[in-house]
Amino acid sequence: MSTAPLAAGEPVSAGARDPRRLLLGVAAPLVAIVLALAAGAIFIVAIGQNPFAIYGLMIGESLGTGYGLGQTLFKATPLIFTGLAVALGFRAGLFNIGAEGQIYLGGFAAALIGSAFTGWPPALLLPACILAAAAAGGAWGAIPGLLKARFGAHEVINTIMMNFIAFALVSFVGRPLFEPATVRTADIGAGAALARLSDWLPALRGSPANMALVLALAVAALAGLLIFRTRFGYALRAVGLSAPAAAFGGISIGRTQALAMTLSGAIAGIGGVNFVLGYKHFFEMGFSGGTGFLGIAVALIGRNHPVGVVLAALFFGALSYGGLVINQQVPRELIDVLQGLVILFAISAQQVLERMSRRLA
Amino acid sequence: MTGAGTGLDVLLFVAAALRISVPYTLASLGATFSERGGVINIALEGIMLNGALAYVLGAWWSHDPWIGVGAAVLAGVATAALHALVTVVFRADQITSGLGINLLAAGLTKFILTQVFQSSSNSERVVGLPALHIPWLGSLPGIGSVFDAPLVPITLLLILGGHVVLFRSVFGMRLRTMGEHPEAGATLGLSVGAYRTLGVLASGVLAGLAGAWLASEQHSFTDGMTGGRGYIALAAMIVGKWSPWGAAAACLLFGAAEALQIGLQGSRFPNELLQMLPYLVTMLALAGWIGRAVPPRAVGVPYDPEDH
Repeated sequence: MSTAPLAAGEPVSAGARDPRRLLLGVAAPLVAIVLALAAGAIFIVAIGQNPFAIYGLMIGESLGTGYGLGQTLFKATPLIFTGLAVALGFRAGLFNIGAEGQIYLGGFAAALIGSAFTGWPPALLLPACILAAAAAGGAWGAIPGLLKARFGAHEVINTIMMNFIAFALVSFVGRPLFEPATVRTADIGAGAALARLSDWLPALRGSPANMALVLALAVAALAGLLIFRTRFGYALRAVGLSAPAAAFGGISIGRTQALAMTLSGAIAGIGGVNFVLGYKHFFEMGFSGGTGFLGIAVALIGRNHPVGVVLAALFFGALSYGGLVINQQVPRELIDVLQGLVILFAISAQQVLERMSRRLA
Repeated sequence: MTGAGTGLDVLLFVAAALRISVPYTLASLGATFSERGGVINIALEGIMLNGALAYVLGAWWSHDPWIGVGAAVLAGVATAALHALVTVVFRADQITSGLGINLLAAGLTKFILTQVFQSSSNSERVVGLPALHIPWLGSLPGIGSVFDAPLVPITLLLILGGHVVLFRSVFGMRLRTMGEHPEAGATLGLSVGAYRTLGVLASGVLAGLAGAWLASEQHSFTDGMTGGRGYIALAAMIVGKWSPWGAAAACLLFGAAEALQIGLQGSRFPNELLQMLPYLVTMLALAGWIGRAVPPRAVGVPYDPEDH
């Protein structure tokens, strides 16, 4: 581990040993969530429903039953991946808005390998599928990363363009491969399937929660080690805090940023296995359904820390499943509105609270 | 193919590129005002989307397309005001705010769509803007009919007006000061926040108009109908070096890429690859294919008087 003179001024670092800073770091996301739910209540009232009943139903259904909890865990799993991907980028001072395209391509690549080599034994096929997902997502992250490093091209716009290109690319490559009259691939081989969590936890029976969750937690732990306990992680944070200072300290900004975007893309790419290897056992167009974009909110609420990301992913997972449950009474688009509001409230509350704490200090 | 036919094809292509570039140009001009004042505006996508839905709602209720345009501008300004509140008043990160607004707009438009039209994907058909014949421009051979769409001459006037306001007026000089060196503006006794807010609101008017154009052309609203145009407009502003004419020229390039894509549809070239064209051109342009540009020095940096 490197000694870190720069870490002194860091917003919220690994240990966040100063209790005031830790409190501030937790307060802003919580305030944001409460305010967003309050604003959401206005929408619920506007269409003539009772917000307490609606929110009560959401909480009860998404956390109160074994099946609902399993659904929440299933929805949270890809969000851990995309949240980590966005957080890793943020740590290096980069916005990876391309997680949507990266998870999409990751899932597609996993399905291509999984359905092409159905005869391989699980010990070979499963790792091959996961690696393919990581490679596809990583390649998709590397391109804007290299463009940023080499030409200074705005990664926000480029990652968004890469999302659109990914959707078009999959429909081009996939069309001849898809099952007749569908937009899905053939089934993956049995060896590539991830086991359901309900095999060990019968309470979750019927829910699609699967071993991709364990993989997500492992990747979160590894990301934490990488960011806070390695030389590269130090370089990453140094570039994110102050690129000129990092360069002065002998860190290559371009290489660090390009590598960070590649890793970020690879993490998002692996997220695709939750649906493809763990649930449907094939790739279907449109499966990512906004999980990449939601990763931005997850990273923000999780304060770009792996532990925070996991917790935030669970919250948004519950919200996503809760949105499906209430769809009879309130359009589930309400959840999309809440996501946007959480982001706006989170960044505003962060500024306001920091200002207040500076005044008090 | 005869020579005359080829000439006509070229004119038709230019006409298509001009038409397609209208919403890009309006949004890009808006981005120029916002960023010249020091505020990055990724929220253009959401502003356009809200503007497009507002046009449809206004035109649907009143059967008057101009009421729709008014509603689109109001929705654009309201959305931009939210961006200004978060970035100028609360001084939060500008890119994150823009992304939050875009997610909010994507959800809000679908939410309203389900309430008004009982569908989360599209609205009923509404009236579009009427054709107006412009005496001189409208008689140009081949491309004259493009100017019949009232927002086309309005866009041209807005580019010209935008250039004059930005580079030939006291307001424009002060706005640019807030993007280059806000401390200098504050030293002169000017309110940095007020000028930055006005820059963002101007982008709301213009991107709202862009949304109105899209909805009027399509005679309806469909979920996510802006299709990344807000982001491409932002790229056009960068390629156009933060100037109205430069942005308009870059938008014409993106319009040409999209016109080419549409023109080649039905040819042997795979349609899925054609769909990538505008996005690929955007990335090539950003990689400095058309030259490098220097942004306003203080763009993206919140101004906090307590720091000075």
